[in-house]
Amino acid sequence: IMAATKASKEQKYDRQLRLWGDHGQESLENAHVCLINATATGTEILKNLVLPGIGAFTIVDGHTVSGEDFLCTLQNRAQAATELLQELNSDVSGNFVEESPDKLLDNDPEFFHRFTIVIGVQLPESTCLRLGSVLWSASVPFLVCKSYGLIGYMRLAVQEHTVIESHPDNALEDLRLYQPFAEFKNHIQSYDLDSMDKKDHSHTPWIIIVAKHLEKWLSEHNCQPPKNYKEKEAFRQFIREGILKNENGVPEDEENFEEAIKNVNTALNPTKIPSAVEDLFNCEQCNITSQSPSFWVMLQAVKEFALKEGNGSLPVRGTIPDMIADSQKFINLQNVYREKAMQDAAAVSKHVERLLQSVGKVCCSHCIANCKHLCWRLGKNAFFLRVVRCRSLAEEYSVDSVNKDEITSSMDNPDSEMVFYLMFRAVDRFYQQHSRYPGVYNYQVEDDISKLKLCVNSLLQEYSLNVNIKDDYIHEFCRYGAAEPHTVAAFLGGSAAQEAIKIISHQFVPFNNTFIYNAMSQTSATLQL
Amino acid sequence: MKLLLFSLFREKKRRRVVELTEKMVVDGGSGRTCEWEGRWNHIKKFLERSGPFTHPDFEPSTESLQFMLETCKILVIGAGGLGCELLKDLGLSGFCNIHVVDMDTIDLSNLNRQFLFRPKDVGRPKADVAADFINKFHIIVCGLDSIVARRWMNGMLLSLLVYEDGVLDPGSIIPLIDGGTEGFKGNARVILPGMTACIDCTLELYPPQINFPMCTIASMPRLPEHCIEYVRVLLWPKETPFGDGVILDGDDPEHIQWVYQRSLERAADFHITGVTYRLTQAACATEVFKIASSAYIPLNNYMVFNDVDGLYTYTFEAERKENCSACSQVPLDLHFSPSSKLQEMLDYLTESASLQMKSPAITATVEGKNKTLYLQSVASIEQRTRPNLSKTLKELGLTDGQELAVADVTTPQTMLFRLCFTS
Repeated sequence: IMAATKASKEQKYDRQLRLWGDHGQESLENAHVCLINATATGTEILKNLVLPGIGAFTIVDGHTVSGEDFLCTLQNRAQAATELLQELNSDVSGNFVEESPDKLLDNDPEFFHRFTIVIGVQLPESTCLRLGSVLWSASVPFLVCKSYGLIGYMRLAVQEHTVIESHPDNALEDLRLYQPFAEFKNHIQSYDLDSMDKKDHSHTPWIIIVAKHLEKWLSEHNCQPPKNYKEKEAFRQFIREGILKNENGVPEDEENFEEAIKNVNTALNPTKIPSAVEDLFNCEQCNITSQSPSFWVMLQAVKEFALKEGNGSLPVRGTIPDMIADSQKFINLQNVYREKAMQDAAAVSKHVERLLQSVGKVCCSHCIANCKHLCWRLGKNAFFLRVVRCRSLAEEYSVDSVNKDEITSSMDNPDSEMVFYLMFRAVDRFYQQHSRYPGVYNYQVEDDISKLKLCVNSLLQEYSLNVNIKDDYIHEFCRYGAAEPHTVAAFLGGSAAQEAIKIISHQFVPFNNTFIYNAMSQTSATLQL
Repeated sequence: MKLLLFSLFREKKRRRVVELTEKMVVDGGSGRTCEWEGRWNHIKKFLERSGPFTHPDFEPSTESLQFMLETCKILVIGAGGLGCELLKDLGLSGFCNIHVVDMDTIDLSNLNRQFLFRPKDVGRPKADVAADFINKFHIIVCGLDSIVARRWMNGMLLSLLVYEDGVLDPGSIIPLIDGGTEGFKGNARVILPGMTACIDCTLELYPPQINFPMCTIASMPRLPEHCIEYVRVLLWPKETPFGDGVILDGDDPEHIQWVYQRSLERAADFHITGVTYRLTQAACATEVFKIASSAYIPLNNYMVFNDVDGLYTYTFEAERKENCSACSQVPLDLHFSPSSKLQEMLDYLTESASLQMKSPAITATVEGKNKTLYLQSVASIEQRTRPNLSKTLKELGLTDGQELAVADVTTPQTMLFRLCFTS
C-alpha cells in the first residue's frame, strides 16, 4: 500500500516535482500553514497550497459566511472553507479555529509559533502590526495579502531567509577553461587534434577544441587569455583555421568547430567568485557557533574550501551543456567534470564535519552521509546562493525608520504603483477611525471621498511625505467599496501561494518586500519598504 | 460532485465537452435559478458605479450584470490546469453561459472534428460548421498548451471576420483571450482579430523548439533525452508494442513504462546515466516539444509574468506585423529560383521563423489543372508525390507569378502564396 501511495503521489505531483524535486515536495508535506481570514483571496491562496500537497493548514477566522462569500450556508466561514478545501486533496489535513486573530493574540499569542508560515488576508492595520511583532520575534515568516477592488498587495516579513537552490534563469556554465583543474588538463592532453581522423575530429567536443587552442594562445601571448573584442575575434579566427580542409583546400563542414567559435564569448570568462557570494562570506553569521543554522555552517565550509582546496574558486559545478560529439567523447568529458565536482563536494563536506566538531557537535554516520548529499547539492549551486532579509513591519511603519526615499522617488511619477500603497495605508486609517471601509454602500461613496482625503493628508503629514496623491485615486478607492472581485483574488492567490512555497521549500528567491498588482493596467511593482 | 471539483481543479485531460451547471453557474436562460442575497455585490461595484479610470464609453447601469448573467456566451478551450482556473474565475465573476472544450493537444485532427461536429453536420463543409459553432460566442478564452492549437484558433477567428467595402465590421470580431504557463512563468494577452496583433504576428518571438538532430538520436546519443527520443521516434513505430497503429499515449502508464525500460537499455549501451521515469513521461507527453506561450516576450494587450526571482511582470503592446501570414490579408511571396527543388520550398515553409509550418501540403494550378505537388498526411498520396521533392520547380511546370495553395495544421484556411522566380 505504501508503494502504491508513493507511486500515485509521484503521478499526482509529477508536474510540480519537475520544478522543486522530491526534497522540495518533502518540505511542503512537512509544512503547516496558517491562513487568517477565509475570504476569496484567502481561499485562493490556500487552494494553491492544498493542491500541491502541503502537510496541513489551519484557518483562523471569526466571521460567518455572507452572501458575498459565494456560499449558500449559515456556517462559520473558517469551517465552511476548511471542508471545501479538504476535498481538493485528501493528503492534506485541515483545521480551523473560529476565533478572530485579535482574540488569539490576547489569549494565546504562542498559538502562532507552531506554523511554518502565517498568511494574513484583509487584516486591519492594528491586528497586522500586533501579529507582525509576535511572528518576527518567533522567526515565523509572515505574508500579508490584500485584494481591494482592482488592486492586489503582498508584504513579506521574514528576518533572514536563506536559499541554496535559487534556480537562476540564465546562468553561465562553469567550464574552468581558463584555469583547468589537473584532471581536466590531463584529459585535454589525451587529445591530439592534428593526428585524428576526420570522424573523430568532427566529433570532438567544442570544450576540448577551445581548450587546445587556448593552450597554444597562452603560450604565445604571455599567459594572457583573449580579453577584448579584437583579441577574441583573433582567437575565433585561430580556431576556424583548425577546421579540416579537403583535398582542394576547402574547409569541411565541422559543426563542433562552429560551436567552439560561437562559445568563445562566454567560455573564456575566468572563474571568479560572484560578488553576491563574497558578501555572504563576509557576513558575521559565518562565525559558527553551536546555534548556527546549517546554511551558514555550509557557507563557511565553502569559504574555507575556496581558500584551501579550491585555490580561490568555488567547488566545480560538474555539469556541461550538450554539444556535437560522439557519445564516448562526450561522456568521458562529462565524467571529468562530474568526478571533480564530487571530489570538491566531499572536501566541502569534510570542512562541515570539522566545523560542527569545533562547536561540540559530533556527527554520526547517518549525518555524514546526509551531509555529503547536501554538499553535493551545495556544490551545484555555490555560485547562486542567496539570502533575503526583509525589514520588519515595525520598521516600515515607524516614523523614524519609514523608507521616505523609496516612497518619494517612486512618486516622482504620480501614477506609479506606489500610489496604491499609500492609498492602502490611508484606507487602513479610515477603517481605524470609522470602523468600516469607505464606499461599501452606494450612498456612502460621495461623502467618503472627502473623509478618505482627510486620512490621506494626515498620513502624509505624519510621515512628512512631500508627495501629491491625485484625487482620482481617492475617488477610485471609494468606488471599490472594499470589493474583492474574484479575478484579482485569483491572481493574488497564485502569486502569494508561490511565494509561500518558496519560503517553505527554500528554493527560488522570494520577493523583498512589497508587491503591488494593478489589475486595471495589468502592471505590477516590487517595492522595498 | 467530488469528481467534478477534482477534475475542475487540474488533473488528467480527456476529450470531453463539459457544460458548467449548478455548482457555479446561474442558468438564467432556462429559468432555473440558485440566487441568493449579495452574491454579485463585488461585481456590481464595477458595473453600477462610475469612476475616474473607466473606459470613456462606459456608463454605469444594471444592464451589464444582466448581460453577463444571462446572455454573454463564453467558450473556454482547454480544461487543463489553466482551463480550470479560467472556468472558476469566469463563473465566479458572473459569466453564466460557459462552454468548455478539452481536447488532447498535438493530435490536432480532433480540434476541427470532434468538438465542433455533430451527427447532424455530416455532409456540410467542415469550415462552415466550425464557423457556425464559434460564431455563437461573444468571447473565446484559451488555456491551451500548444502553439499549433493556438494558431489554428487564431486562424479560425480571422476567417470569421466580415469586411464590407474593405471596412471591417466590428460586429464580426470575436475577442480571443489567450494565456499560457510554463513552470514559474506565464503570460496573458488580448487579441482582437483584425484589429490588434494576432498570434502569428508575434510568432518569431517564441523561443525555438528543441529538436534533436536525427544523427544524434540514431547513432550518437549523449543525454538521457536522446535515448528516450530514440525509443519514442524510432523504436516504437518499429516494434508497435501495443498493436499496429497504436500511437504512444503520454497519459498511459503502460506505454510510458515500455518506453522507460527501452530507454534504459539504450542508455546502458552508451554508458549514459539519468534516464528516469519522470523524464520519460515528460518527453512522451511532448512537454519538451510543447512551448506554452512563453514569458520571453514582453508584449498592452500582452502581459508577461515570471516569479523565479521575486515577481516580475512586464506589459506592452504587441504590434501587428505588416506581412503577417495569418492576418495581413496580403498574399505572401515565395522567392525561389526555377532550378530550386521542391524540397527547398518545403524546408522553407517548415523552418522559416515566421511560418513554422508542421507538414504543409502544397498544391498548384498547372496547365489548367489542379495538381498536388506534395502531401504528407495521407500515406498513399505521400508516396505518389514524394518524387516531386527532388524535382525542380521548373520541371514541375510552375511559372513565375503563379499562385500556390498551402494547407497545414497551423491554419484552418488554406494559405495562398505567390511564386516569384529569382534569376
